[in-house]
Amino acid sequence: MDMSFEESLTELEGIADKLEIGQLSLDESLLLFENGIKLVRECNKKLKNAKQNVEKLILENGDIKTEPFDVQE
Amino acid sequence: MGLETKGIYTVHEFTLAVKSTLTTGQFNDVWIRGEISNYTNHSSGHRYFTIKDKNSQLACIMFKWHGRNLRFEPEHGMKVLVLGDIDVYEQRGVYQLKVRDMRPDGIGELYKAYEQLKNKLAMEGLFSPDHKKPLPGFPTKIGVATSPTGAVLHDILTVLKRRYPVNILFIPTLVQGQSAAQSIVSSIEALNRTDVDVIILGRGGGSIEDLWGFNEEIVARSVFNSRIPIISAVGHETDYTICDFVADVRAPTPSAAAEIAVPERQELATQISRLRDRLIETQKRYLSDKQSRISELRSTVDPRLLLERVAQYMQYVDELAQKQASGFGRLLEVKQALLDAHAGKLDAISPLGTLSRGYSITLKLPHKTPVRCIADIEISDEISILVKDGKIKCVVNDKEECKWT
Repeated sequence: MDMSFEESLTELEGIADKLEIGQLSLDESLLLFENGIKLVRECNKKLKNAKQNVEKLILENGDIKTEPFDVQE
Repeated sequence: MGLETKGIYTVHEFTLAVKSTLTTGQFNDVWIRGEISNYTNHSSGHRYFTIKDKNSQLACIMFKWHGRNLRFEPEHGMKVLVLGDIDVYEQRGVYQLKVRDMRPDGIGELYKAYEQLKNKLAMEGLFSPDHKKPLPGFPTKIGVATSPTGAVLHDILTVLKRRYPVNILFIPTLVQGQSAAQSIVSSIEALNRTDVDVIILGRGGGSIEDLWGFNEEIVARSVFNSRIPIISAVGHETDYTICDFVADVRAPTPSAAAEIAVPERQELATQISRLRDRLIETQKRYLSDKQSRISELRSTVDPRLLLERVAQYMQYVDELAQKQASGFGRLLEVKQALLDAHAGKLDAISPLGTLSRGYSITLKLPHKTPVRCIADIEISDEISILVKDGKIKCVVNDKEECKWT
């Protein structure tokens, strides 16, 4: 499950290629198709839900710490 | 008398006295502007030179340990600012400046220093494409090292948000002034200890002095040694800093750096919908291929087709029979005609024909054998003479052989 967008996209491309090459049984092709459509949904969801989250990195005595950073628009 | 009261110094005592006067601190930490002359970079690692202006000159020494931090190689005639403390070299009784830091003075000198460092690092291969790290196609966290004030951070965040929002780790960094280089280096090092997958190093436009931090060797080396790819976006499109050359990618502006760092969300959405269309089209075609194959197969086993075929055969048989019949009829006709022709001929030579023309035929009794020549008959034989319309029974009472022809 939890693949990165990049992985999902790569897999989706792979599935499209495989289906286009053909030589699959009906069951295989149906399964691949279903996976492909699932990936399309996931990718779209990831794109839609992408959010900007800004944190500030602070150095304190050689240690690194992060804190939320408010962006002034 | 003065001799008595004031006493007499040895040379060394005097020198020490002068030295103690000069080194009270009044002449420590002074910046002096001048032009280098008589420059010697001694094999010991210490540098000896003089700085001078139109009217005066000042002996200088820069010890090895201070020279290590030099950002450029001093040259004869170069205008510099030197920072140091006054000292007296006792053996020779001369005062001199112990130089701790030296900077090019003026833009011309900065350019010279810039060129020097650029050439040096280029020779070392720090700019080589072989060392450029590829940028991640889909970064999930971007490190941004820039000033907390000013438009650069805002520009970067705005562009990132518009194109493809991701996590951002911002590290406030001094990008101008004395401590800029050190601050940039420590920001790069700090970000290398985090999970960011690309770093944008940014600064707005400015003069060569303003951008100087990005032209320092420690910055160049730190960028080169960064484990994480760095996009350098320093100054305007026309400003090239050493940092730009070492970085994995140079962006003309901070906004451009943000564009380079992430893909465009809309383009990705288009790409995905194209992939979806491909999936659906392919699957449709696949299924319709299978379907037409099925109906093809079904049609070959259809019972109606069998009947049709039988009917066809039946028709063919009928056809053959008809052909045979008509052929037989024609044969009969031909034979009939032949028969008629022969009958006509037969008629012409038939003995009956002879009778009808008025001749007669003689048959010897009792066997009714035709009498053809005189030898066929004996006297007293009974004969029957056939004529057109009857027969005459006779007894032969004489015969005579004649030659008619």
